[in-house]
Amino acid sequence: MKFSVMISEGPYTHQASDTAYNFTKAALEDGHECFRIFFYHDGVNNGTRLASPPQDDRNIVNRWSALAKEHKLDLVLCVAAAQRRGIADADEAKRNGKNADNIAPGFRISGLGQLIEAGIQSDRLITFGD
Amino acid sequence: MSETKKFLYVNRKAPYGTIYALEALEVVLIGAAFEQDVSLAFLDDGVYQITKGQDTKDLGMKNFSPTYKALGDYDVNKIYVEQESLDARGLTLDDLLPLTWEDEDDDWAEKDSIKVISATEMAKIMEQSDVVFSF
Amino acid sequence: MSQLHTVNKSPLERNALESAITHAVKGNALLMIEDGVYGAMQGTHKSAMVSDAMSDIAFYVMGPDLKARGIDEARIIDGIKIVDYSGFVALVAEYDVTQSWL
Repeated sequence: MKFSVMISEGPYTHQASDTAYNFTKAALEDGHECFRIFFYHDGVNNGTRLASPPQDDRNIVNRWSALAKEHKLDLVLCVAAAQRRGIADADEAKRNGKNADNIAPGFRISGLGQLIEAGIQSDRLITFGD
Repeated sequence: MSETKKFLYVNRKAPYGTIYALEALEVVLIGAAFEQDVSLAFLDDGVYQITKGQDTKDLGMKNFSPTYKALGDYDVNKIYVEQESLDARGLTLDDLLPLTWEDEDDDWAEKDSIKVISATEMAKIMEQSDVVFSF
Repeated sequence: MSQLHTVNKSPLERNALESAITHAVKGNALLMIEDGVYGAMQGTHKSAMVSDAMSDIAFYVMGPDLKARGIDEARIIDGIKIVDYSGFVALVAEYDVTQSWL
């Protein structure tokens, strides 16, 4: 079965990203397909490579990057939400006149249409948020 | 896209205190271009999103409530508001923005987009949806 | 369409569980996750609301979330099934649509 996931909260403050990760990992292990993981609202904060959690805590951003690499996941940060919150790739940084980008490996920035498309193309869409 | 799905956007949160209402509306506006069968549900504190008289000047925030009036132009005209949620908040239909659309199959007659329905009817709308977006 | 409702809030803080139960129809399932698992406990002011809805709705609760919060399985309302993440995935697959009561 083809799943897509929407994540509406950033890492650490809410459990949403942890639950979404554990859910996605289990779905992939059980042989399901993951069409897209779409990060919206503060969820875009899951995609900054500048996060540096303490050694004894889980690294939520790196965990997503690793899962994406292993399973060729499509991790999409909403562009409008990302711009508001200061998450940028090289193109976005240049377009907005910023001197740095901070997107983590395995993530890409795109429009809200990607969420709608996930809803159309997937058998199931599940939202994790607050 | 060959298939048409029934999309339901569920709004249960009040505006301004959090960003969910505004960013949900942004999804609805983008989603309108995908020609799916779209419905909006306003229940619980979500009914506060479409009340009249919002003025955010003193907050320094954008008042996005006028944007709901544009939904009709995007062919988003099935807006379900739950009666029990209005009642619980001492609100009536008169407290809500007049949301309308023009029916091109009926000589562009202006029609109301809002339908006030019971929780039981809302449950049916939810059950008939193919995709539910929760904000 | 059959529906799976997920609830991630304590019913003593927010109305998500109550609203989900109100809008679930016969044959639907409801899964409590994250802080939603407090809704599965016996002896709270919200326990009766869950028990009363059991004739129409199948209730599930996330085991890992119970464990994290130190909630002994013996204190769970009779009839609520405990699942792990794989069980969560199976529920999402089994029901046509998942609705998150955020």
